[in-house]
Amino acid sequence: MKIFIEGIGIVGPGLSNWPTSQPVLAGTVPYVGAAIAIPPNDLLPSAERRRTGIPVKLALAVGCEAIAHSHRNASELPAVFASSAGDGDNMHNIFDMLAHNGREVSPTRFHNSVHNAPSGYWSIATKSMAPTTSLACFDASFAAGLIEAATQTLADGKAVVLIAYDAPYPQPLHAARPISSTFGVAMVLYGNKTDRSLAELDISISRKNKSSTPITNSELEAIRVGTPAARSLPLLTALADLRPEMICLDYIADNQLDVTVRPC
Amino acid sequence: MQPLRLSAYTLATPLGAGVSATLDALRAGRSGLARCDFLDVDLDTYVGRISGLEDRPVRADLAVYDCRNNRLAQLGLEQDNFIKTVAAARQHYGRERIGVFLGTSTSGILDTELAYRQRDPETGALPKTFHYVGSHSCYSAADFVQRVLDLAGPAMVVSTACSSSAKVFGSAARMIQAGLCDAAIVGGVDSLCLTTLYGFNSLGLVSSRPCRPYDADRDGISIGEAAGFVLLEKSSASSDPDSVMLLGVGESSDAYHMSTPHPDGAGARLAIQGALHAAGLKPGDIDYINLHGTGTKSNDAAEDQAVFKVFGGSTPCSSTKGATGHLLGAAGVTEAIISALCIQHGFIPGGLNTEHIDPALKSMYLLKNKQQKVNFVLSNSFGFGGNNCSLVFGHGIKRNSR
Repeated sequence: MKIFIEGIGIVGPGLSNWPTSQPVLAGTVPYVGAAIAIPPNDLLPSAERRRTGIPVKLALAVGCEAIAHSHRNASELPAVFASSAGDGDNMHNIFDMLAHNGREVSPTRFHNSVHNAPSGYWSIATKSMAPTTSLACFDASFAAGLIEAATQTLADGKAVVLIAYDAPYPQPLHAARPISSTFGVAMVLYGNKTDRSLAELDISISRKNKSSTPITNSELEAIRVGTPAARSLPLLTALADLRPEMICLDYIADNQLDVTVRPC
Repeated sequence: MQPLRLSAYTLATPLGAGVSATLDALRAGRSGLARCDFLDVDLDTYVGRISGLEDRPVRADLAVYDCRNNRLAQLGLEQDNFIKTVAAARQHYGRERIGVFLGTSTSGILDTELAYRQRDPETGALPKTFHYVGSHSCYSAADFVQRVLDLAGPAMVVSTACSSSAKVFGSAARMIQAGLCDAAIVGGVDSLCLTTLYGFNSLGLVSSRPCRPYDADRDGISIGEAAGFVLLEKSSASSDPDSVMLLGVGESSDAYHMSTPHPDGAGARLAIQGALHAAGLKPGDIDYINLHGTGTKSNDAAEDQAVFKVFGGSTPCSSTKGATGHLLGAAGVTEAIISALCIQHGFIPGGLNTEHIDPALKSMYLLKNKQQKVNFVLSNSFGFGGNNCSLVFGHGIKRNSR
């Protein structure tokens, strides 16, 4: 599958946005680890915003950055959301309530518990009636999202925004499913080359049981391995390098995604 | 879109395990809903519970996946010769060339709910028996089903609440079109858990009676559990002319509210029109609409607006949720299979439990079964977050001759 990237958004530890992250990922500026700072977003009415957790804020921030980068209109773009775990804080609170007498689950916590809560808030915030989907594929959630978004833009001929995000569970779930970092990434994808295109991606499923492309910086490599959404880092690094590269992303069932990146 | 053939399908619902149990119950007008006796749930409601799951662990070599949701998936897979049919497809295409795309809303989180009752009083830790990958993980069902069927192609879970297992038909069609696989297992599985029972109750959306879609006095949903699976393949010249085809998929968002549908049904209408457009059909071509029809005030009113605006009041429609309950992430595939049964067997199910059709609703809601030729069916699935999906199914031969 050949598709084109038109915009990128990123928020992770020490990675605040694409313009400042690009030279870090390209290795021309040193990486400095720092607590995550999600840029504020005023697209949602304040009453709605107060009800949302980290995944919604993260998804809105990176999605808006990528779309602004592409100079497209968010209200027209189908959106694909990919996350291994969704909103762990919210689920923990619900499980805690259900384990005690009364079992009084708050209505807001319940409607925020669906895996597609960020996509619902996204369509409200962007006033977009375009389709949104929300998927999970454990550690390969970013790769599965990339495939879904690529096949959507190829099938429907519309630009699509891919938004992948994950955040650590609180204890005791963290011990059962350790996710190391909060990380969000978004990309605007389109099937044709335009003057917006940043790079061409040639994606194929490989069955050669290869290992995925690592990140040279050990701190970033630890974030990649520990955070499903950060499994995108080899692709982001190739995009930052601005030269043709072939990278390999972990997928499922001993398959990988081979992605050839050619800057436009 | 390029039509795809439903070359095999199976399901397990509160109406029974297997296609014929479901068909027989629909024909007899029998509901699978009963007063809630699930665990220690103290809500005054009816549920569609599948009995016996407690005594049916998943097969031993996949024991780490043992949870109610995957037990239900296995029960579904074991019906209707489905595993053998998929094995033949695997021989034909290769295990890497068949995708697995499933919907679920709550996966195996019942295990987590119960594990939170057994936290270590000192450390707060979950019991050692809790296994995240095999139960709680949102991807667990697709991972498990891919292993049961010995497949190795693309796979994922779509989790968009109550539209999940309708949306997977769209994903599978796009994957096949892009050449990433030649065939796909699509479907969904959702099982009873406390989060949905107490959560929907907190929103005032759970009825104390078996749900009554389209009734003037409807007052909420009855939650059920189910698993359903379809083998989707490209149609070929050798296709059985009687087989049912997926002809169109339409998807949209309400952009309105997280748990209340757009009052005019604007998002639902976009999804319906998208599915008709993809199928190359006009509203008048549709013989029956299987409604989302949950039995809440707001869903049925909004859906009726959408259906009436597209079809007028002369297309027969009904909700099968009075029979099955609301199957949440498994609703889309269950109602897709019911749509296929309507086409194959020339029958339209009347809605159960409804006594007085709400005079404010203008669509032609059927209360009694009808025997008639059914060429094309539209099935609606709408979820929280304003996530809408409509599917169109039809006869292969009819379609090709148009």
